[in-house]
Amino acid sequence: MKHATAPAEPAMPVSANRQSERRPFLEISGLWKAYGDFVALRDIDLQVKEGEFVCFLGPSGCGKTTLLRAIAGLDIQSRGAIRQAGQDISRLPPAQRDYGIVFQSYALFPNLTIEKNIAFGLENIGRPRREIASRVSDLLDLVGLSSQGRKYPAQLSGGQQQRVALARAMAISPGLLLLDEPLSALDAKVRVHLRHEIKELQRKLGVTTIMVTHDQEEALSMADRIVVMNQGGIEQVGTPTEIYRHPRTLFVADFIGETNQFPATVGKGAQVEIGHTRFACAEHLLPAGAAVVAAVRPADIIPHGADAHRATGLEAVGNADNLIDAHVEDMEFLGMFWRTRLSAPRLKETPLVADFSTNAVRRLCIEIGSAIQVEIPQERLLLFAKA
Amino acid sequence: MTLAVDFLPPGRALRQQISDDDRLKRAVMFVVGIYLVIALAIPLFVMLSKSLSTYTFDLHQFEFQVSDESGGGWSDPVTAAALNTAIAAFPESDLEAGADGRLQAAKLFADFSFRSPVRYRIRGTSEEAHFLAGSQLVRGTEWKEYDSNHFRRVMLRPSRSVGLSNFTEYFSTPSLVRSIKNSVMIALISTAVTLTVAFGLAYALNRSRMRGKGAFKLIVTIPILVPSLLPGIALVYLFGNQGVFKDLLLGHSIYGPLGIVVGSVFFTLPHAFLIISTALSVADARHYEAATSLRASRWRTFWTVTVPGARYGLISAAFVVFTLVITDFGLPKVIGGQYGMLAVDIYKQVIGQQNFEMGAVVSVILLIPAFLAFAVDRMTQRRQVALLSARAVPFEPKPRRGFDAACFAFCSLVAIFVLGMIGMCQVAALVKFWPYDLSLSLRNYAFDLMDGGGWDAYYNSIRLALMTAVIGSLIVFTGAYMVEKTKGFGLGRGAFHMLAMLPMAVPGMVLGLAYIFFFNNPGNPLHGIYGTMAILVLCTVTHFYTVAHLTALTALKQLDPEFEAVADSLKIPFYKLFFRVTLPVCLPALLEIAIYLFVNAMTTVSAVVFLYATDTKLASVAILNMDDAGDIAPAAAMGMMIFYTNVAAKLLHAVVARLLLARTQGWRQVAQTAVPA
Amino acid sequence: MPFSKAFLGAATAFLLASTAAYAEAELTVYTSVEAVDLDRYKETFEKAHPDIKINWVRDSTGVMTAKLLAEKDNPQADVVWGVAATSLLLLKSEGMLEPYAPKNVEALDPRFVDGDKPPSWVGMDAYVAALCYNTVEAEKLGLTPPTSWKDLTKPEYKGHVVMPNPNSSGTGFLDVSAWLQTFGEEEAWSFMDALHENIAAYTHSGSKPCKMAASGETVIGVSFEFPGAKAKTSGAPIDIIFPAEGSGWEAEATAIIAGTANLEAAKTLVDWSISKEANEMYNVGYAVVAYPGVAKPIENLPDDVAEKMIENDFEWAANNRARILKEWQKRYDAKSEPKS
Repeated sequence: MKHATAPAEPAMPVSANRQSERRPFLEISGLWKAYGDFVALRDIDLQVKEGEFVCFLGPSGCGKTTLLRAIAGLDIQSRGAIRQAGQDISRLPPAQRDYGIVFQSYALFPNLTIEKNIAFGLENIGRPRREIASRVSDLLDLVGLSSQGRKYPAQLSGGQQQRVALARAMAISPGLLLLDEPLSALDAKVRVHLRHEIKELQRKLGVTTIMVTHDQEEALSMADRIVVMNQGGIEQVGTPTEIYRHPRTLFVADFIGETNQFPATVGKGAQVEIGHTRFACAEHLLPAGAAVVAAVRPADIIPHGADAHRATGLEAVGNADNLIDAHVEDMEFLGMFWRTRLSAPRLKETPLVADFSTNAVRRLCIEIGSAIQVEIPQERLLLFAKA
Repeated sequence: MTLAVDFLPPGRALRQQISDDDRLKRAVMFVVGIYLVIALAIPLFVMLSKSLSTYTFDLHQFEFQVSDESGGGWSDPVTAAALNTAIAAFPESDLEAGADGRLQAAKLFADFSFRSPVRYRIRGTSEEAHFLAGSQLVRGTEWKEYDSNHFRRVMLRPSRSVGLSNFTEYFSTPSLVRSIKNSVMIALISTAVTLTVAFGLAYALNRSRMRGKGAFKLIVTIPILVPSLLPGIALVYLFGNQGVFKDLLLGHSIYGPLGIVVGSVFFTLPHAFLIISTALSVADARHYEAATSLRASRWRTFWTVTVPGARYGLISAAFVVFTLVITDFGLPKVIGGQYGMLAVDIYKQVIGQQNFEMGAVVSVILLIPAFLAFAVDRMTQRRQVALLSARAVPFEPKPRRGFDAACFAFCSLVAIFVLGMIGMCQVAALVKFWPYDLSLSLRNYAFDLMDGGGWDAYYNSIRLALMTAVIGSLIVFTGAYMVEKTKGFGLGRGAFHMLAMLPMAVPGMVLGLAYIFFFNNPGNPLHGIYGTMAILVLCTVTHFYTVAHLTALTALKQLDPEFEAVADSLKIPFYKLFFRVTLPVCLPALLEIAIYLFVNAMTTVSAVVFLYATDTKLASVAILNMDDAGDIAPAAAMGMMIFYTNVAAKLLHAVVARLLLARTQGWRQVAQTAVPA
Repeated sequence: MPFSKAFLGAATAFLLASTAAYAEAELTVYTSVEAVDLDRYKETFEKAHPDIKINWVRDSTGVMTAKLLAEKDNPQADVVWGVAATSLLLLKSEGMLEPYAPKNVEALDPRFVDGDKPPSWVGMDAYVAALCYNTVEAEKLGLTPPTSWKDLTKPEYKGHVVMPNPNSSGTGFLDVSAWLQTFGEEEAWSFMDALHENIAAYTHSGSKPCKMAASGETVIGVSFEFPGAKAKTSGAPIDIIFPAEGSGWEAEATAIIAGTANLEAAKTLVDWSISKEANEMYNVGYAVVAYPGVAKPIENLPDDVAEKMIENDFEWAANNRARILKEWQKRYDAKSEPKS
């Protein structure tokens, strides 16, 4: 069985240090952070390569911001070491570390003009005035605000202010750029726009960047690698496609995108029993007979009709076991696709949610009440140990 | 797979290296902290120990010899203690004494007669012992011989010891104990009345569409600008025996609880009003919409929505008023008549009777209700904050003719009350000889001809107010900045914050008395500031520290907490950030603190009444002293001088604030007109 | 030129010497004398003794006494000048006064000199207890003026008498001490019990009752003669009554603080204080002064004020002060409700 977008990466995520030939730029080992009895970070190991864009992704309270602040020295870790550019910075105060930082709140100095905000750090290290002026105007150009330098932060929109914050952080050419939910305060459209700008800027300057976000879309679209975090620990580290295609835990599967989940029992080989029905599933290492959770993403479910193969761009179905009869209970139009709620006798009461392209729905004449066949592709039916 | 391991690996928590910045911040915080320790903690401690410092007659310290009838043939030396045991001349309770206690030595001899030829010898058994021969002080272990006629003039003096006898004495003196009851009663009644009036005002101003809201708001804050003595003086002229409206009292006297309550309502009204008004102004319109849709009656809405919504404001206001009234000294001093109040007792004990130890005892007792009120207030304030931060839709009152008219009438009454008091003082100050010669004259402004300090006192007050405003706002703001923006060092910051909150619970008189004990000790290296302007500034800044500190803290908390992190990442040292960003952005708050300190330094009496010296007499103290001497009209005149000065200061503050804002805070105006792209 | 140089040198030396002499002694003088009069005294004294400069520290008797006692172990004053003799006796009993017999002390009325030899304090003038009686208000109420202390206990005066609280006012204490001395303890206390029934208020200061009478706040103010005369001069409708039994009085006195660094200058000031010239100046405000034969009548006061004064035993008063005040406080301070 192959699937359409089969990426070149191996199926299992590969730890970064095996890939890099020299020492990683940022190396975190055995990091713990506790606030009293509450453990906010547990045993974090992570390497970040030079020039890499890494996102810390997770729900609120997962420890991603704590980790970022530990790297910045703003909240020092309780245990463990951080090395940056070969130097042990574990105990250095923030001012002695080498990074620029951007916060969700922008944190622009309200009584200084945009230029002054950007120049503040440069003035402090005693650069000649002319050099500062030209650096400031370069940076303003870079973030597309060349004409706004004389304004005060309050006169700019949120997106503009965040660009100023970015320019200010980059002014002193830091070795590391830390972004703490930089886009969360902005509205959706600006957010998408700025996403691309930041990514482009980062690529242009080649600065190693760590961004904290709770928005999976943001992480998927911007990061070279994503660090998915939950309850103070790292769940999985990998490229966006790895994370999406091969979630290592149920948490990751559920947090990145959506999944249908079924209680199931592992069968022989790549087989699983849901209800009393057997399905072929993706390769796994779980022992036969174990109670597990089987999961499939709504978008991976293929509606089966005369033109089904063509409509979904998939090859003909190879395993009849994974083809089930379903009844369309409900349909919700979400623009790009139809969210469809199906009931299938083979899955017992558990409803199945599937996202069908508008195209497929039209071609297969799917509507509420239709009886259709859908296929759960073998590679996309993933098994996870029970949480 | 991550396995949830909930235990940190063994080892010590990592500690960040302390940067030079942090070191400097901690040093500055330490300096301001030391200021608070010296200006507050140690004096209070010294005062507490003073309240335990007693005087007792140690009869073992005196020895006597008695001659025979011929004046020779001396008996063996016998101690006073032995003599007293033998004939029980003095019961145990007589041996506990004040600093000026005396025991007649002759009483120890049952058969003493001043006509007898028997001669007496007395000596101390230690250098500590001292006694009076007539009015001459005698010390030491030398035998002194007196004939019986002179021996009857020998008085034993007590020596210092430590114990609770001051407290025992306090609680066995009915007039003093009654003051506790009186003070609590008056404070409770005043609180109830003030809260009702203030709530009515705040309700009218927030929930009606009546006219003249701005004017009413201004008028109700007037009492803040005058010393609490002034309403007392106004009441004398309004309702005293020659008062304009004496007949309204139906024969009751204004001197006493009635006067104290009315005056207290006057001077605490603005404090209660501001707190309750804030609480009411954050009311959530959605609750009212809900009530309306449920067809709840106005009355029911009032009790189920309005009052609960303002409850923390009401509680907080209640404690503020209670503390103000129970610790106030000026008003009961002027209008209290014979009605004993704790704060006046301190003054009477110290100034009237030079009984510093008993003054300290009353101070300790006065600290208790003030501390309780303070603790409860802090607890409710914490909840109030949570209430404030909730997202609410502002309530917009709709016009209701009858209700608006009633509100207007009520506010007018209160305004007449406030303006009437102030106006009465101004009239009294300008009348030549109340009530017999009502022609106008500036005679009462000839302060130099009265006791109290003259015009110099007025200029001293302005100097004090200016110095307090400038020095105080710098110290307070710096301290608040260090507390708010220092990382780590939790213990130090916590201790500092606690010290900064403490002055609110310490009545001015108590602080002043504590200062006498601490600074007037020749062994204190800071003794030099005693009797100078410096100690007045120190005391005033400390007395009003808490509110100023909280104002500064609020302003600092409104700053983005990440400014420091950004500055760190840009390698900008904190003092550059402080002077370039923090201070300019907080300038309005700083000015607010300065004017607060100025106005209070002009009006405070209690904190400085023990501390002024001849060349540092103050206008507010002059009012007290002139009233004390019966020169009430000049006292009113001086009070009005303080009032006008504070009005001028407020106006100046408004102008300066506006100019400064225009010059340095251009970003603020543009912020208001900014159109987000 | 040698001449001018010499001249300059001499002139400089002279100037230095004279300024040095001029500032030779500065006396810190604690006083309770009326603020208005202080400049006059200072000017006259410094004219006579240009080498001594007076720095006044002025406050009311109570405050001044408290201040002096508080500074017991580290006195700041060189001289106490014009403070109640009873207060000075308190200081004396703390060993704070330097005994000194000033020049011509024998010329003074002996009632005004400390009994010990050499005396620790010498008197300057006296204030004498008196009643201030508002005639206008009395007429409205149909009252007749009292002529004796005992009259004050008449029921008609109920609520119309104000007197100073002896616990805070020196005048109040001198009244109480005088009653105890003239009536005897037992009778005095029962008199005060009866008087207490009529009292509208006990004030903190001694001059206030008179000023209250002057402004009609009360009818009878138990006070002393000086504020009464002053109020009457400025137009108050009051009479000043000296009760028949005789009046308590208090001497304003002067004393040297033991341990002063300026003993000679302090002695000079005390010498001057009891001089005839100085006593003539006291007479501007006070009807009775220490120097016999100096006092001239004062406007609105009778000529024979000195004869109203009782024999006053300052030592007895000082030594019994604590006991008397405690008793007084026990009996009357507990009064919680004012009379209306």
